Amino acid sequence: MINSGVPRKFSLSVGAVYFALFTLFMYLPIALLVIFSFNDSPTLTFPLSGFTLKWYQELWKNQELVTAVTNSLLVGILSSLVATALGTMAALGVIRFEFPGKTLFLSVAAMPLVIPAVVMGVAMLIVFARVGVPLTLWTVGIGHVIINAPYAMLIVAARLAGFEEHVEEAAMDLGADYWATLWRVTLPMSAPALAAAFLSSFTTSLDEFAVTFFLVGSDTTLPVYLYSQLRFPSRLPLVVTLAAIMMVLSVFIVIVVEKLRRMAS
Amino acid sequence: MATLTAQSVPETKATPAEKRRLLLLMGPPVLALLLFFLLPLGVMALYTFQTGTLGGEMSWSLETYGRFWENTALHRLLWRSTVVSFQTSLLCILLSYPIAYYLVFRAGDRRMTLLTLIIIPAWTSYLLRILAWKLILGTEGLLNTFLLWAGWVDEPSPILLFSKTAVIVTLVYVWVPFVALPIFAALERMDKRLLEAAADLGSPPWYSFLRVTLPLSMPGVLAGFLSVFIPTLGEYVTPLLVGGVNGIMYGNLIQDQFVRALNWPLGSLMSLVMLVALLPLFLLFRKSDQVLQ
Repeated sequence: MINSGVPRKFSLSVGAVYFALFTLFMYLPIALLVIFSFNDSPTLTFPLSGFTLKWYQELWKNQELVTAVTNSLLVGILSSLVATALGTMAALGVIRFEFPGKTLFLSVAAMPLVIPAVVMGVAMLIVFARVGVPLTLWTVGIGHVIINAPYAMLIVAARLAGFEEHVEEAAMDLGADYWATLWRVTLPMSAPALAAAFLSSFTTSLDEFAVTFFLVGSDTTLPVYLYSQLRFPSRLPLVVTLAAIMMVLSVFIVIVVEKLRRMAS
Repeated sequence: MATLTAQSVPETKATPAEKRRLLLLMGPPVLALLLFFLLPLGVMALYTFQTGTLGGEMSWSLETYGRFWENTALHRLLWRSTVVSFQTSLLCILLSYPIAYYLVFRAGDRRMTLLTLIIIPAWTSYLLRILAWKLILGTEGLLNTFLLWAGWVDEPSPILLFSKTAVIVTLVYVWVPFVALPIFAALERMDKRLLEAAADLGSPPWYSFLRVTLPLSMPGVLAGFLSVFIPTLGEYVTPLLVGGVNGIMYGNLIQDQFVRALNWPLGSLMSLVMLVALLPLFLLFRKSDQVLQ
C-alpha cells in the first residue's frame, strides 16, 4: 500500500475532481462542434437559436465535399496499406535480426514522428519540384506513407517483441521455410497489430493537413477542403456539421484500434 | 522504441539465406526513408546555397545566408516561437502530471480505460479541434458569453482570439494528451516498493514524492516535454487560424516563403536552421524514450 499521510478518501476525491475537470476540458470543444451542427443559425455564436437537421441535409448536396472525401479515402486507404507494409517489414527486420546500423536506422525512422511538419512538407515539395513531379494526390500519398510508416513499425514491433520466437522455430522445425512461416504463422499472429497499424495510419492520413498543404497541388483532400472553407464565415455551419460527423467517426475508429491493440498485447 | 534495440538476439553468424531475408525485409523501408525523407532534407540543405527565382537561372552563393544573418526580425520571431513552444510544453506537463499521477496511484484497475478516455480526443481532427477553440474564444464565443452571463465583464472581450495566448491555449489542448502518455508510462514502471521503503525510513509523503517519485518520473517528463516542443516549434496551422497578427510563429514565415514570397532558398534556410537547432533535442528525445521503455 502507498502510505499517503493525507486521509485516503480526501486525496482520492481531489484527484478524481481534477481528472473529471480535465476530461471535461478535453471533450467540451468536441461537444461544442456537435451542438452547433444542430443549431438553427447561420452564425456560430451563442445563444443557440433552435434545433435543426438542415445542415446535415445540405452536406450531402455539396459536390466539392464529396470529391474531397473520395480523394481522402483513396489516399488514406492506399497510403495506409503501403505504410503498414513498410512498417511491418521494418519491424520484422529490426526485431528478428541483428544488423549493423540498426540504431542509426531506428533514429532516422523516428524522426518523421516528431520533426516539425512544415520542414517535411517543404523538403518534399522542393524535391518534387526539382525532379519535375507534378503535385497530385500521389505526392500527398507519399508524404502520408513517410509520416505513418514509423508509427506502423512501432505498433507491429511491439507485437512481434511480445510473442515467443519459439512458435516460429517450431513451424520451421516442422518443415516450413522462412517465408511460409512468416505468411502462415508470424503475420496471422500479428493480425490485430497489423489492423491497428492500418487504422491508425488511416485516421492520421484522413486528418493530415500540415504536410499535405505543401504537396497537394490543385487537388483537394478533406482537410484541405475544410481549411479552404474556414475562411468563409457563411460556410462554417456546414464545416461544423462535417466536423461533428468526423469527430464521432474517428472516436469510433480509435476505440476499435485500442481494442485491437489490447488484443495484440 | 527501446524495446527494439534491447531485444536480445542470439549472437550467431548470419547465413547467406538470413542475409538475403534481411535485405528483402529492410530494403524497401530503408529505400523509402532514403528517397522520400533523407534525400529531401539533403536537397533542402543544398537549396540554401542557391539564389535566383524558381524556374529561372539559378546560381550558387551564400547570399541567402547573408540575408538571414541581417534579418533580425526573423531571429526575434524564432526566439518568440521558441518561447511559445516552451510555454506550451511546460503547461502541458503541469496539466498532465497530476493526471498521470492520479491514474497510476489512485485509479487502480480502471487506469487504462481512463487513460484511453483522455487520449481519444487527441485522435480526432486537428483542424477541427482548432476550429472548436475559435468558437470558444471568439467575440461571441462560449467564453465571452459565459463571462457576460456571470457578470465578470461588461462587454465581450475581443482579445481572447487572435493573440499569442489563444495560440498557446489551443496548442496545449491539442498536445496535452501526448504528454500524459510518457509520464504515465514512467510512473507506471516505477518500483512502488521504494515509496514504502521511504515511508518506513520516516519520510513524509511530500518528501518521498520530491526525492523518489519525481526524479524517477523525469524521463517521462522529458520525453513529454520534447514530444511537444520539437513539433510545435515549426507550427504554422494553429497560429494561422487563431493567432492573428500578434500570434504568428516562425513556421508561418517559412510557409510564407514557399507560398507567397516564393523565396524558396530563404525558406529552406529557415527550415534548416530550425532543424539543426532541434537536432540535439531530438537525440535527447531518443534517449529519454529509450530509458522509458
